Amino acid sequence: MSGEAQHHRDENLPLLDGLHEQYSVHLDKFDGPMDLLLHLIKKNELDICDISIAVITRQYLEFIKLMKDLNLEVAGDFLVMAATLLQIKSRQLLPLDDQEESEFEEVDPRNELVRRLQEYQQYKEAGMLIGARALLGREVFSRTASEPVIAAVQNIEGPLEVSLFELVDAFRVLLQRIPAESFHDVAPGDSLSIADCINEILSLLQEKDTISFDDLVRDEFTRERVIVTFLAILELCRLKLVRIFQGSEHGSIWFIPAVVADTPEVLSTHEL
Amino acid sequence: MNSELSSIIESLIFTAESALSIDRICELLSEYERDQIKSALAETVSYYQGRGGGFELVEVAGGWQFRTRPVFHNYITRHIKTRASKFSQSALETLAIVAYRQPITRAEVEHLRGVDCGGVIKSLLEKHLVRILGKKDIPGRPLIYGTSKEFLEIFGLKDLKSLPTLREIQALDVQPQYERQEELQLEPDKVIPVDSQLPFE
Repeated sequence: MSGEAQHHRDENLPLLDGLHEQYSVHLDKFDGPMDLLLHLIKKNELDICDISIAVITRQYLEFIKLMKDLNLEVAGDFLVMAATLLQIKSRQLLPLDDQEESEFEEVDPRNELVRRLQEYQQYKEAGMLIGARALLGREVFSRTASEPVIAAVQNIEGPLEVSLFELVDAFRVLLQRIPAESFHDVAPGDSLSIADCINEILSLLQEKDTISFDDLVRDEFTRERVIVTFLAILELCRLKLVRIFQGSEHGSIWFIPAVVADTPEVLSTHEL
Repeated sequence: MNSELSSIIESLIFTAESALSIDRICELLSEYERDQIKSALAETVSYYQGRGGGFELVEVAGGWQFRTRPVFHNYITRHIKTRASKFSQSALETLAIVAYRQPITRAEVEHLRGVDCGGVIKSLLEKHLVRILGKKDIPGRPLIYGTSKEFLEIFGLKDLKSLPTLREIQALDVQPQYERQEELQLEPDKVIPVDSQLPFE
């Protein structure tokens, strides 16, 4: 908004010379009509409990006019407040009629507004005070408990097993990372079969206890490879030969052999 | 710090992922009495209060957690990327109103601020600082909002009662001063016996 405001301001410069100096600094600082009113009260060094409605209203309307001149959209909220101010002023000027006088003690018509302003001021200051606190992740840091993935995989049973959706999600993320294939590429002659991939994974699992999905596709990062690996994993799960774990929420997905003690039998192609 | 139990508690807090409440500690150390645990924890707390150093043991969101001292943030951010949580004035105002006046409806927030707050509340909800508590039993059944546990964690507040009281606010100016935080909660001038500093119950 400030950029836009600057632009319009420059266009209207000759028209607004005086006002420009006076208000430009504050233009995008106001956070609604209450904020503007508070600013005007402070600027005129008025007591919040004893506002000169005439002065404030005039300046308030000037400000709205300025916003219009700058082609800024004047929010309805600002107009509501303008109407409120004018109503207060007119009630100050007009005598109460007999009926009203008998019903009410003479109440200062500004009271309601003053009460709202004071309340708003409280929360505005409270907000600044809260915002001035040392925030976690900004001024204050806690120990980020990142337990080793391996421990997470081995210690936690059951509940942390990944759902199908997380697996699909990981797959989708991986696919997005694959660089767009160039049209000039010649399709590789030997296509990878799912069974080959399964055997590959199983033999890898014999060498080490855990593999991450990333590891499986690291060497050959192509769309085909990722898809085949993904299908192979799903197949292995279905056959209950591997278990899938996730170290943390949205973390890497890891695989371990379903039965660690026995060496899983290598699948032959015709079993699929 | 000398007793074994306080060392055990220290180790629990050190390894916990988030602030560890006294209830949780008692649950984990079922072989000890609650009173024992409380005084051992008090021992740990006073040890860290007197220690100085780069981090401190603070009470946030109803539990205890080790956190770095704010004065060192310039050094820490050299190697830790911050989430750059910068709050606009309207976000902070809205957050303050929700924090002090909860449960509160959007219309009530808007009345206080005199301006539409839909967008601000939505982004506070997305940041998990504000949560929906339910629906108010008035015509239209509007949603009512309150602050979340994350709010206490991020702003380093023990509980909602440790928000600065509104009367105090008027007496203070509003320049950002991290040191002021302690004054608001602890009243350092008053001498309090160690045990009463730990309102666990």
